[in-house]
Amino acid sequence: MAKQIEVSDLDAYYGSHKAIEGISMTIEPRSVTAFIGPSGCGKSTFLRTLNRMHEVIPGARVEGKVRLEDQDLYGTNVDPVSVRRTIGMVFQRPNPFPTMSIFDNVAAGLRLNGRFSKSQLDGIVEESLKGANLWNEVKTRLNKPGAGLSGGQQQRLCIARAIAVRPQVLLMDEPCSALDPISTLAIEDLISELKQEFTIVIVTHNMQQAARVSDRTAFFNLAAQGQPGKLIEMDETSRIFTNPTQKATEDYITGRFG
Amino acid sequence: MTVQMGIKPISAGRRVKNGVAQVLVYLAFAVAVVPLVSVLWLVIRNGLKRFDIEFLTHSMRNIGARDAGGGAYHAIIGTLEQVLLASLIAVPIGLLTAVYLVEYGNGGRLSRLISFFVDIMTGVPSIVAGLFVLAFWILVLGMTFSGFAGALALSILMMPVVVRSTEEMLRLVPNELREASYALGVPKWRTIAKVVLPTAFTGIVTGVMLAVARVAGETAPLLLTVFFTDSINEDPFNGPQMGLPLYVFGQSALPQDVAIDRAWTGALTLILIVMLLNLVARLISWWRSPAKRG
Ligand SMILES: Nc1ncnc2c1ncn2[C@@H]1O[C@H](COP(=O)(O)OP(=O)(O)O)[C@@H](O)[C@H]1O
Ligand SMILES: [Mg+2]
Repeated sequence: MAKQIEVSDLDAYYGSHKAIEGISMTIEPRSVTAFIGPSGCGKSTFLRTLNRMHEVIPGARVEGKVRLEDQDLYGTNVDPVSVRRTIGMVFQRPNPFPTMSIFDNVAAGLRLNGRFSKSQLDGIVEESLKGANLWNEVKTRLNKPGAGLSGGQQQRLCIARAIAVRPQVLLMDEPCSALDPISTLAIEDLISELKQEFTIVIVTHNMQQAARVSDRTAFFNLAAQGQPGKLIEMDETSRIFTNPTQKATEDYITGRFG
Repeated sequence: MTVQMGIKPISAGRRVKNGVAQVLVYLAFAVAVVPLVSVLWLVIRNGLKRFDIEFLTHSMRNIGARDAGGGAYHAIIGTLEQVLLASLIAVPIGLLTAVYLVEYGNGGRLSRLISFFVDIMTGVPSIVAGLFVLAFWILVLGMTFSGFAGALALSILMMPVVVRSTEEMLRLVPNELREASYALGVPKWRTIAKVVLPTAFTGIVTGVMLAVARVAGETAPLLLTVFFTDSINEDPFNGPQMGLPLYVFGQSALPQDVAIDRAWTGALTLILIVMLLNLVARLISWWRSPAKRG
């Protein structure tokens, strides 16, 4: 299921403002890749170019190539909707659908995309909730609104919702930044399990988190406010944290700025 | 200790200002409520006299100028049909216009133009809407006076109210929900239909009810379009109909006490119908809301 992503020379704009520039990297399948870097350097922007969510913002556009195995995601005949079905996303703030129950939230992606029988849905919902380590906490109240869960549970609900459509890649934009330490731990455990099946990319502000969960780490930086963000270096996580080749990376990791 | 010194009791000046502001707020509230309560009180007291089965089941056909009795069945039927038809026209158009403005317009030239015209429509006096339908539908196209012609005029008045209120409700739906849906690979139109509109549903229903309440009491446009009749006409597409506002208008212009009583009861019935519709709408919103299941 999991696939490799290859980005080459990618720029992203908001109107005339260039937010990121010249990014090339390879994201390995069945592994966790972490993006780190100071605020505003374009981590979220870059992440959103990987599943064509960037262009949802009015005036936003992308130049360059993103390949999922042998497919160009920005090719002329590619449907962005099917790209997003293949590459799922979890957001910084948990955003369950407020009008839907827990069950309906998880089933949303399936229901909104095609026909499934009740028993099929039941099976996938249970599997996804188990996959997100939430099943035991909610199995008795699947009909209750998703908004009634705690923040950490809501975020795991959103992860269950994202994996229910069986994507090949899962993008996570600071998925723990709005959560308490216990919920954060639960999600980090979950990420380590999910990487058996999915290619995972996670943006994080938390250096320890990057060190704990990721196999490879990419460090982004920007020369100055208003300049586009760039990829400074990318390597095995252990290398980035112990022996980075760039001075800026070392300064950021040791907490000298950012 | 030094910190404690810095914390002072509320000064006399602020206490006075607070008191004055409080009195003004309560006064404004009282001034706003007095007319409302007195209207309700008057209508209920005077309207109850004739609020009986005969009133609700009989028309004014064959009721002489000085006769007691008679009722507003023909007017109730007319009002219900006209308001229903007007809603059937105005709600879909208004809803889709609002969806366009919020979800597709992006503040472009067309959406600003539409916004501008919606503002103008909001300011159109109701008699102008009636005149427009009279001139265009009845005089130019040669259609007859009918409940439907009245519904057309009413729908012109409803549309801007529906657009504005729906627009406001759609803008309140957080963008995160749209993005969550897109990220699941849901196309934009399905996102709007299955996520955005249901989230805004309660607010939209309230807005539609306000629009219904606004037009249910309109008299002037009906006068020019549905005309006037004392008989029951259940077909809104053919021939003159009646409406409750017209009924009240007609009866209250007569000198006899029995007619005046009928006018009061007609007004009471109109208020009750609008209240009932509101209640139904609230029930629908409640039934649809996740809180019910929670
Ligand atoms: N919706 C937007 N419209 C315009 N500019 C944006 C938008 N989102 C982000 N930006 C700009 O793009 C740059 C990168 O932001 P972002 O990708 O959010 O950074 P990060 O996630 O690393 O903190 C910033 O300069 C930011 O101001
Ligand atoms: Mg960000």
